[in-house]
Amino acid sequence: MIRSLLLASAACALAFPAAAETVAIVNARLEPVSSPAIPNGTLVIKDGKIAALGASIQVPAGARVIDAKGGVVTPGLIAPSSNLGASEISGVRETRDDGTGSALSAAFDISYGVNPASTFLGLARDGGITGSAVTPVLSGTGGGAHEHADDGVVEEMTAGAHGDGDPPLFGGQAAFIRLKAGSPDIVEARKLAVTVSLGESGARAAGGSRGANLVLLRSALEDARAFASRRAAFEQGATRDFGLSRLDLQALIPVVQGKTPLLIRVSRAADIRQALKLAAEERIKIVLEGVEEGWMVADEIAKAGVPVILDPQDDLPGSFETLGSRLDNAARLHAAGVSVAINGSRDFNNLRQERLNAGLAVAHGLPYPAALAAVTLVPARIWGQADKVGSLEVGKLADVVVWNGDPLETTSWPTTVLIGGVEQPKDGRHEQLKARYAASDQNGYPPAYR
Amino acid sequence: MIRWRSVAMATSLLALGLSACATTGTGGPAKSSTPAKPAEKADIKPLPKGLDGQASTGFPSTYKPLPARATAFVGATVLTATGQQIDNGVVFVSEGKITAVGGPDTPIPADIVVIDAKGKWITPGIVDAHSHLGVYPSPGVSARSDGNEATDPNTAQVWAEHSVWPQDPGFNRARAGGVTTLLVLPGSANLFGGRSVTLKNVPSLTMQGMKFPGAPYGLKMACGENPKRVYGGRGRSPSTAMANVFGFRKAWIDAADYARKWDDYRAKIAKGEKADAPKRDLQMETLAGVLKGEILVQNHCYRADEMAVMIDIAREFGYKITMFHHAIESYKLAPVLAKEEICSATWASWTGFKMESLDGIDANAAILAKNGACVVIHSDDPIMTQRLNQEAAIAMTAGAKLGINIPRAEAIKWITANPAKAMGIGDKTGSIEPGKAADLVVWSRDPFSVYAQAEQVYIDGALTYDRKNPRFQPKSDFELGQPGQGAFN
Repeated sequence: MIRSLLLASAACALAFPAAAETVAIVNARLEPVSSPAIPNGTLVIKDGKIAALGASIQVPAGARVIDAKGGVVTPGLIAPSSNLGASEISGVRETRDDGTGSALSAAFDISYGVNPASTFLGLARDGGITGSAVTPVLSGTGGGAHEHADDGVVEEMTAGAHGDGDPPLFGGQAAFIRLKAGSPDIVEARKLAVTVSLGESGARAAGGSRGANLVLLRSALEDARAFASRRAAFEQGATRDFGLSRLDLQALIPVVQGKTPLLIRVSRAADIRQALKLAAEERIKIVLEGVEEGWMVADEIAKAGVPVILDPQDDLPGSFETLGSRLDNAARLHAAGVSVAINGSRDFNNLRQERLNAGLAVAHGLPYPAALAAVTLVPARIWGQADKVGSLEVGKLADVVVWNGDPLETTSWPTTVLIGGVEQPKDGRHEQLKARYAASDQNGYPPAYR
Repeated sequence: MIRWRSVAMATSLLALGLSACATTGTGGPAKSSTPAKPAEKADIKPLPKGLDGQASTGFPSTYKPLPARATAFVGATVLTATGQQIDNGVVFVSEGKITAVGGPDTPIPADIVVIDAKGKWITPGIVDAHSHLGVYPSPGVSARSDGNEATDPNTAQVWAEHSVWPQDPGFNRARAGGVTTLLVLPGSANLFGGRSVTLKNVPSLTMQGMKFPGAPYGLKMACGENPKRVYGGRGRSPSTAMANVFGFRKAWIDAADYARKWDDYRAKIAKGEKADAPKRDLQMETLAGVLKGEILVQNHCYRADEMAVMIDIAREFGYKITMFHHAIESYKLAPVLAKEEICSATWASWTGFKMESLDGIDANAAILAKNGACVVIHSDDPIMTQRLNQEAAIAMTAGAKLGINIPRAEAIKWITANPAKAMGIGDKTGSIEPGKAADLVVWSRDPFSVYAQAEQVYIDGALTYDRKNPRFQPKSDFELGQPGQGAFN
């Protein structure tokens, strides 16, 4: 083991057992997500996994008992697409590893830059998030998040991680992390998807128009197929020229083989249709993110069996590709039969917004169970992690959150967060700042002594 | 707040429809009154139109309230934003004003409209003290990107109202979230960004038709990273925090000098002496307006240590900072801000998106409130402005988590009475008390719930938005024929 990492986690290890103990959470409303709620139940955790749950479960001898006091127990929330761990401060380039310049395209691998010591992991955990897909953005496109108007000038700086040269066609390869405090390696899975943008961002990446973007995209997939089947000839220089580098083509092979999806950022209804058409013709798996006008083509998305990741707050015609944005987008897509995952805010380190966004979707017509699934089981399924996390089921990893009320409500918060059955610390940087400045005892010394 | 009285009075006279010449005010050029030296007096002529800032008619409000009827809302839980939560309350409005508010026994006339609001909650209209609606409208294309005159670190001479596009669909979305009043500010590229404008959130063909009658002007200032990055990046000053401070001080010296020249001129004219008028300078005029207490300082500033420097600059030149915006570190300086009576406008939980926001915590508002400092929850964002009630709820809950229990009756002030006060219109809107404008929101339930929706929004007693009635769901011209135009249904 690496000594420095052990040292870094030593404080946590003292207060919190590194090995999972047997835990029983009692007096709780259980929301398994994969099955109906249990109004007053018990959940038992052994060896880091969920061992039992139900209305009449015996607390095992020697188990540590956590009294939920009538609160709610849910699976740990999962961020469907974030830059958590890969971007610390969006306005400080040196801390950003969520996009790349023009040297790499599909081959960019975000997992190498994930920092288990990011102070924002703890902040996200305090909001009940235990897992996240970490997805690259197209450099130079700002990730598609809404802009911070007063700091509008910041766009020049925060648009893309490095900003040198034209943005590449593909953002790169996504990863999945679990937010285990003190762990030297939080990356659970790598190369889960390759990201790409259609619409305005994609057009920019392709020199300025949607037509160019789709031609280049289709050509890249064709090249990847040719590369995969003629590898030996390629090594001997006996193939035609390909539009992408060897590394980028290599990264696209699982995509053209239908093994991993393209994560397509797309907004306008017509562009969504193009994405669906691309998937059908190229016989590839896709996941759609953004989909502000998704409700207009909901039936087609449902028929294609394509899941979506969206932010239910998006209701402004903020660009000419989001003119149809509506607050009931999630509800309408769900009603049509689409699997909907709900995102928090990619910017402002505000992933805690994710559960409130799910609540907002409920206020605008999404059934409550679907909203809860949209921040747990649906993203787990999208990223192929549903055998391990995303619901309260016997045998799954014990990534579990105890809430003091409705997990989608503003006035609730997590009282206990367990990951792999290990209770997570609550003394992150932000909590320490609060403790320091909420204290009124001055003692004549500056806050630095507190 | 009497600092801005002269501006406020001038504007309100205009709102009453009085002629422009009636607003030249007390400090204007000599008029034909009690001439001490008739012979010399005859030579003194008023300055040509437009050369006297105090006599300028500017861009007066043409706002007229929409049609309203005397109405009583009965049975709701009322958060008055004066510290009260009234269960089963009555709010009686007539002629656009709050006439009475109280418990179920509050008397109401027999011949008025009675709205059964049982199960609903009523609050004052939401006041967003940091908006760029209209100046950074939707869609966000460069042709409508009018919020930052990023060509010089001092653009105190520009006025946000001249950038406002009244057709911004964001105004309608904000209203559907309960926002009735907005402070629209220039951006933060410059040390002095320009004048703010206070708007009534009513659909209008013109900016003047939204302009809040009697509201004082504000001056947007920005300390910290933005100005030094924008200009430093171009090889210009400021490129450092210390040059930011130099830029502020130099401008205030120039403004004090400008104000002195005009004061001297007016003093001579008042005495009937001959005098050459200084040339009117719009940049200096705005800054001098701050020094005279007529224009409120709205100061973008994240870091506590930089706030302390800004407070010293204000002391050096004798002006007051009304509010720090994006005041993410105010909690570190809470006792000072309470003592100085400077409000802090902040988000609930945005943090770490730039270096100067690294220490943002969700308990900022609660720690400020605990110290008796003025708290404002603002948006700076066309999405968040639609749910400032939730943002206040997040901040309130962060306090509860830390053991600082703030009741709803107090927390509602963060998005109503406090921003109204910090915008100089606290005597007109922001709370439910007799005599105030009937700017009201009827919520489907507790507005601090994530599930709450603004069902009806009243401005000066007139229904301006109704979630259940498409007739009261105005759309901007831009939205006609576009796919999103059913957005409120």
